[in-house]
Amino acid sequence: MLSARDLVVKRSGRTVVESASLVLEPGVLTAICGPNGAGKSSLLAALAGLLPIASGEVALGDRQVAAIPAREKARMIGFLPQQADVAWDISVETLVALGRLPWRSVPGRPARASREADSKAVASAMAAMELEALAHRPVSQLSGGEKARAAMGRVLAGEPDWILADEPLANLDLSHQQALSASLKREAGKGRGVVVVMHDLAAAMNHAERVIVIENGHIVADGAPEQALSREVIEAVWQVPCRWLGKAGARALAMGPADAET
Amino acid sequence: MKRLSLLLLVALAIALPLSLLAGRVWIAPWAEPVPHATTILMELRLPRGFLAVVIGAGLGGAGAAMQGYLRNPLADPGLFGIAPGAALGAVMALFLGLAAIPFVLPAFALIGAGGAMALLALIAGRTGGIALFTLAGLMIASLAGTLTSLAISLSPNPFATSEIVTWLMGALTDRSWTDLWIAAPLTLAGLVVLWFTGPSLDALTLGEQAAVSLGVEAKRLQWWIVLGIGLVIGAGVAAAGIIGFVGLMVPHLVRPFTDRRPSSLIVPSALAGGLLVLVADTVCRVLPMASELRLGIALSLLGAPFFLALLLRLRRELA
Repeated sequence: MLSARDLVVKRSGRTVVESASLVLEPGVLTAICGPNGAGKSSLLAALAGLLPIASGEVALGDRQVAAIPAREKARMIGFLPQQADVAWDISVETLVALGRLPWRSVPGRPARASREADSKAVASAMAAMELEALAHRPVSQLSGGEKARAAMGRVLAGEPDWILADEPLANLDLSHQQALSASLKREAGKGRGVVVVMHDLAAAMNHAERVIVIENGHIVADGAPEQALSREVIEAVWQVPCRWLGKAGARALAMGPADAET
Repeated sequence: MKRLSLLLLVALAIALPLSLLAGRVWIAPWAEPVPHATTILMELRLPRGFLAVVIGAGLGGAGAAMQGYLRNPLADPGLFGIAPGAALGAVMALFLGLAAIPFVLPAFALIGAGGAMALLALIAGRTGGIALFTLAGLMIASLAGTLTSLAISLSPNPFATSEIVTWLMGALTDRSWTDLWIAAPLTLAGLVVLWFTGPSLDALTLGEQAAVSLGVEAKRLQWWIVLGIGLVIGAGVAAAGIIGFVGLMVPHLVRPFTDRRPSSLIVPSALAGGLLVLVADTVCRVLPMASELRLGIALSLLGAPFFLALLLRLRRELA
């Protein structure tokens, strides 16, 4: 259980998350939605223990996240930042294998048992993200979508209990968006907690099991997608008149006033 | 990657004995015997050859670690101001006329390096952020450079001036076993420290936030980097003066032969750096010039066009 109580996060003096309280359950795919600058990324990074907390607390089970030693925390929480920015032109396989770093205690050649565990985890992460064919491709030669998949593969290779990802669906084409959402759901199905910042409200509506809507640092809606992303909430938070079309699980968001129906 | 290190090691093992033969007088088993050959070999060329390898290894390894830490292929170990700090220390020893006393010049250089490290830690070491750290390093480098110029302009006599200027050019001429005994252990210790930062540098490949999420403690890493670079560069400057471009060039030459992770670059870069400086120093020694070409100048002559080519290639890749 990953929880926040009265969480306040400040960035260069500005409050970006204001007394947020929430309890996240493992096994659930949760989406965090909100307009630009609402504090989505800050909330996610604070939950991952990557931002200093101004007040309140973030806890993993009964432990304060801030008090968990860095390496141990890294094994429990896998974090995918928004920019998949890779400094060196490493191969996809090398990139994915970086996800195993929290499991390494000393540099150099690891012991055989941990080597085997490493290569198994890397192989299954590559398989989950369909990266096998790209294994030896340098990252500079990947398309945006392939880069996003490789970055997610890196997170999966760490076999964390929690996956916290900042807009993993951005840059992905429709079919890979679908595939990545499905694999995130699969990871949640394995009992992992999956928390994803999503910009695309339809993707959140169709794929998430729970949606948290945040506006100006405040959590304004939290619940099943149909409730948390209701027309009223979207109109109030994004200030765009709209309505949902289609059936549950395959909804599309149509802009424009509700009475514009033809 | 293991094979690369082995290959470089073999190359070093071949190059080092060969370099001993070359110089103003050639010493070879098959040539005419040279008077004082044993003295020339044992007291001049052997320590000088070892020192070249040690200094080059330090510069190469430190360069690889710096580029990994700053996530920038244009980074050089001189960037943090540690080399200019050490140079300022050595210049102070020359300025005060104390350099003739054994150990004083290297000691002053190490104090200078330590001062630069302390200043760096004081200014930037609180947050663990890399941008502020780099800016602090540049500031320290320019301050140390200015103070060095001041020392030159205020130097008590022309002899001291020329001594300082010559020393600043960087060379391995007339180095003794003492210099090696000072430089080798410190360089080795620094390289070990940098080698231990390898996995953290690998994590930094993904950016600062991702690295922290992978368990890297930014502040602690910064301390280790400062310590490792400080030991290596402080020792190098203390023994040979400022030798530029090696730390920039060598990791580039080595990188295509590795998997490009910073951690797999440190050891081969150290070996290749040792090889490069050894060869360059040997070439300096045998070039037919009135006075010996200074090693620092030779490597800069080699390095500047290399740097330019690198910039042009990077620009093409970014375009």
